Amino acid sequence: MDDTRLLLLVLILPFAGSAIAAFLPQRGRDVAASLTGFNALAGAIMIASLYPVVSAGKVARFAIPWIPALDLNLTLRLDGFTWLFAMLVLVIGALVSFYARYYMSPTDPVPRFFAFLQAFMGAMLGIVLSGNLIQIAFFWELTGLFSFLLIGYWHHNQSARDGARMALIVTGAGGVCLLVGLMLLGRAAGSYDVDAVLAARAAIQSDPTYLPALVLILIGAFTKSAQVPFHFWLPHAMAAPTPVSAYLHSATLVKAGIFLLILLWPVLAGTESWFLIVTSVGLATLLVGAWSAIFQQDLKGMLAYSTISHLGLITLLLGLGSPLGAVAAIFHTVNHATFKASLFMAVGIIDRETGTRDLRLLSGLARFMPITATLAMVAAAAMAGVPLLNGFLSKEMFLAEALQAHSGTVIDVALPYLATLASMFSVLYSVRFIHQTFFGPAPSGLPHEPREAPPWIRLPIEILVLACLLVGVLPALTIGPFLATAVGSVLGEHAPEYSLVVWHGFTMPLLMSFVALLGGMALYILFRAKLNAAERPPFIGRLKGRRTFEAVLAAIVRAARALLRWSATKRLQVQLRLVIVAALVVGTLPFLRYGYSRGPAPDTLIDPIFALLWILGGACAVAAAGLAKFHRLVALVLIGGAGLATCISFIWLSAPDLALTQLLVEIVTLVLLLLGLRWLPQRLPDVWPVGNKPVTVGFRRGGDFVIALLGGAGMAALAYAMMTRPLPDTLSRYFVEQAYPGGGGTNVVNVILVDFRGFDTLGEITVLAIVALTVFTLLRRFRPAPESVQMPAQQHRQNAFDDAREGHERGDTLVHYLLVPRAIIQWLFPVILMFAIYLLMRGHDLPGGGFAGGITASIAILLLYIANGTRAVEAALHIEPVRWISAGLLCAGGTGLAAWAFGYPFLTSHSRYLTIPWIGDIPLATALIFDIGVFAVVVGTTVLILIAIAHQSIRAPRAKTPIDGPPATPTGEPA
Amino acid sequence: MEIVLALAIGILTASGLWLIFRPRTFQVILGLSLLSYAVNLFILAAGRLRSDAPPIVGRDPASADPAFYADPLPQALVLTAIVISFATTALLLVVLLASRGLTGTDHVDGEDGET
Repeated sequence: MDDTRLLLLVLILPFAGSAIAAFLPQRGRDVAASLTGFNALAGAIMIASLYPVVSAGKVARFAIPWIPALDLNLTLRLDGFTWLFAMLVLVIGALVSFYARYYMSPTDPVPRFFAFLQAFMGAMLGIVLSGNLIQIAFFWELTGLFSFLLIGYWHHNQSARDGARMALIVTGAGGVCLLVGLMLLGRAAGSYDVDAVLAARAAIQSDPTYLPALVLILIGAFTKSAQVPFHFWLPHAMAAPTPVSAYLHSATLVKAGIFLLILLWPVLAGTESWFLIVTSVGLATLLVGAWSAIFQQDLKGMLAYSTISHLGLITLLLGLGSPLGAVAAIFHTVNHATFKASLFMAVGIIDRETGTRDLRLLSGLARFMPITATLAMVAAAAMAGVPLLNGFLSKEMFLAEALQAHSGTVIDVALPYLATLASMFSVLYSVRFIHQTFFGPAPSGLPHEPREAPPWIRLPIEILVLACLLVGVLPALTIGPFLATAVGSVLGEHAPEYSLVVWHGFTMPLLMSFVALLGGMALYILFRAKLNAAERPPFIGRLKGRRTFEAVLAAIVRAARALLRWSATKRLQVQLRLVIVAALVVGTLPFLRYGYSRGPAPDTLIDPIFALLWILGGACAVAAAGLAKFHRLVALVLIGGAGLATCISFIWLSAPDLALTQLLVEIVTLVLLLLGLRWLPQRLPDVWPVGNKPVTVGFRRGGDFVIALLGGAGMAALAYAMMTRPLPDTLSRYFVEQAYPGGGGTNVVNVILVDFRGFDTLGEITVLAIVALTVFTLLRRFRPAPESVQMPAQQHRQNAFDDAREGHERGDTLVHYLLVPRAIIQWLFPVILMFAIYLLMRGHDLPGGGFAGGITASIAILLLYIANGTRAVEAALHIEPVRWISAGLLCAGGTGLAAWAFGYPFLTSHSRYLTIPWIGDIPLATALIFDIGVFAVVVGTTVLILIAIAHQSIRAPRAKTPIDGPPATPTGEPA
Repeated sequence: MEIVLALAIGILTASGLWLIFRPRTFQVILGLSLLSYAVNLFILAAGRLRSDAPPIVGRDPASADPAFYADPLPQALVLTAIVISFATTALLLVVLLASRGLTGTDHVDGEDGET
């Protein structure tokens, strides 16, 4: 079976499983664990079924186009190498989920653990299976995110939170570099497709961006794979539950960097910069990791540093740039994953059964837990590179490779000695682990009495250790073919000859291996007491990665604050001034360069009435600007004057739709602002007494005045220059020509809104709905300023008037308030509503439409409120604006979706006319249904906003000030 | 006509700018209203000035010639702008009322400095 859709299924399964596991109840741990194990196994079987494709040297590909023009597609690919890696991720994932089922305490939120674990597995598979560079970066970040959640799983624990945060920041920063590096690489290769990139070695290496791309990609890979100097996060990540460590630090998270290095090895390796950077970083990591591991007292800490050291070894092998080095790197990646996963699991068992991971406390556990001890010893021996185990084979390859000359630099000379030294360290810490934990006298003072672990929890370790043994003894029969396939896919025709046998005869690497084994044991015997006394590794122990990291973070925060203090202001006025001045400067620059001139088109004749209109309108605007501070009501009326002039200009300039909408909106805005006036403070006395005003205030106001004048002059000049130039041919031609044949309406503006650009309008009414809900929510918790809670002066006067008269109750004066308008509005209400519907219906052909109709309808409701008072209206009429909004959005969105049902794109409209006797032709386009949605949203929004503000006046006030008389103030009256 | 409309846009802009620099929230709201008039007129002017030519076409294909009508595109843009500016005015008003209730002042920064 070679259906490549399986790849998509493999990728989706863990994410789907994660979503399910996240919602399982606490007691669903068995279900969650089985789900995780099942998904991993199913994925492994599906990947295994694709083996015939990749073993034939082909690449299985599956792609869903997204934005092909930008080379952005969901592409999945599987070749021999990624097959091996995916199997590693899935098989170890299955074993870890099995282990975790028995490891995790039932009191922990276990389903959440499995949700994170599966999501992480999915992200890791995403990296491995990606056939697109950008996609790799995306899943790369996902692994960072989910590893953060996994490491911080015990979030009540401070060190877990710190470790998780550190891992996230380090690998996340690396991820950003990686993204930039991959984008550069994609540009150099001319495509983001992995297969295209892999075929573009020459183009990439000759590109001037090769070096920056290389460095950025390497930073990404090195942070993820914990290479020096970014290695410090890994030991801190050991605060995670042990199954997480077993998974993240053996086969997955830290191997992501290695994976990327191997994947891109064919195109990036082989240059001098690659050799120098990768080899020296790998070598440093190998030595630093191994040296530090020797001095760890915590078992997991030791494994963490040993992981760093092995990752350094693989990086070093890749850095050498020789095909055999790459073979050894791939092989060691697999071997390290098997023995390190089993070691972590064994340490987890020791921790669980004894209650400690401190090497100094542990001793003689072999007699209490013989099976676990045997398993751990075999795995540790594999880590040390003991013959007949898998670790030995890849270490032999490494040593053989270390002996080869690569560049003729000092690295070549030193490498055999340093490689032997690192192997010796590796033997030393492995021996220390085995001897100190399992041999010697029975331990004393342990938190629990040690005993053998239950058989189920040992099963995953047994499987892994068996794999170590089988590969170690019979490499050609077990891993051989798969390794060959992987090597073939990475190296192609450059695949070197290598032999996977245990016995090569008496060779130099064998000698080095034995020197390392004997030397390591000798060092242990000599120094074991001193090692137990060590607080931290000598020489490099002072280089506290964590302290540096925190210092860097603190410095960044300090610098950011300083920058903010220096460059930012909290003062809105200053900000606005800066924005406007910047706009002015940027707007003036082109004119300085090209000069200012009016266009060639002649002025149209000035109509004196139009000029008069704007003399009045301009005067209104200027007066409003001057009076807005102390005479709010007057300013409001004057603004209305300017608005009216705008409105008349719209009619004048052939925009009836705009004039209509502007006029209606003007009314609603006026009422809105009037309602708001009630809650503003009393007119302020001048803060600066006469003659006492500081000079700076005058300067500031003068400056504002100048900026305002310049801004106005600039806009006028720009508008004049624009209007005197002929109109170029724009999109409008299409709209005018197609309005009737294509949109089925003769009012082009309305057809644009509901048909051509219907999607914009849908977005716009959504914005309206959001604003309305925001206003509603803000006002629910509204607390007016204490002095606004007092009854308005007018109401005091009314009450006093009522009190003074015989036979008058308080409020009697109001009974006859607005009596005549009330009667008129009562009768007008249905008329206005009918007019609103008329505007809506005719909108497609004549000025009108959903916006105008909607505002008209809300004005009808508004008038009712003003005339009758809030309470009276709401006793008789139930308006539920939120329903209107949701119904309108559903209606408009549904119209768009309905087009899908007929096989057209979203929001395609259909139109025809319906002839009704006596009434005539009714335009019956689906756009009308859309417009009804717009209508409903506008009604709901306007009414919701206005009612929400109006209601503030009749609410029982929360302020402490006692209120004189009834708090009710029917809205509209005081205003 | 062009010069009149240009001056009108300029005056509205200048008055609006002056108001949005003021420290009291109510002034800022009025300033934004004036600015939105100016901007709407400016966008409309981008379609050039035509009188007595509303973009309402006939059903006859021959009538659908852009030369007969004012430019409908800026009008469609302005129409949405008018409605949205109502919504933002409402939002701003409510935010200022809430801020006034919380801080006890109607200064734009939520604390009284100079006027």
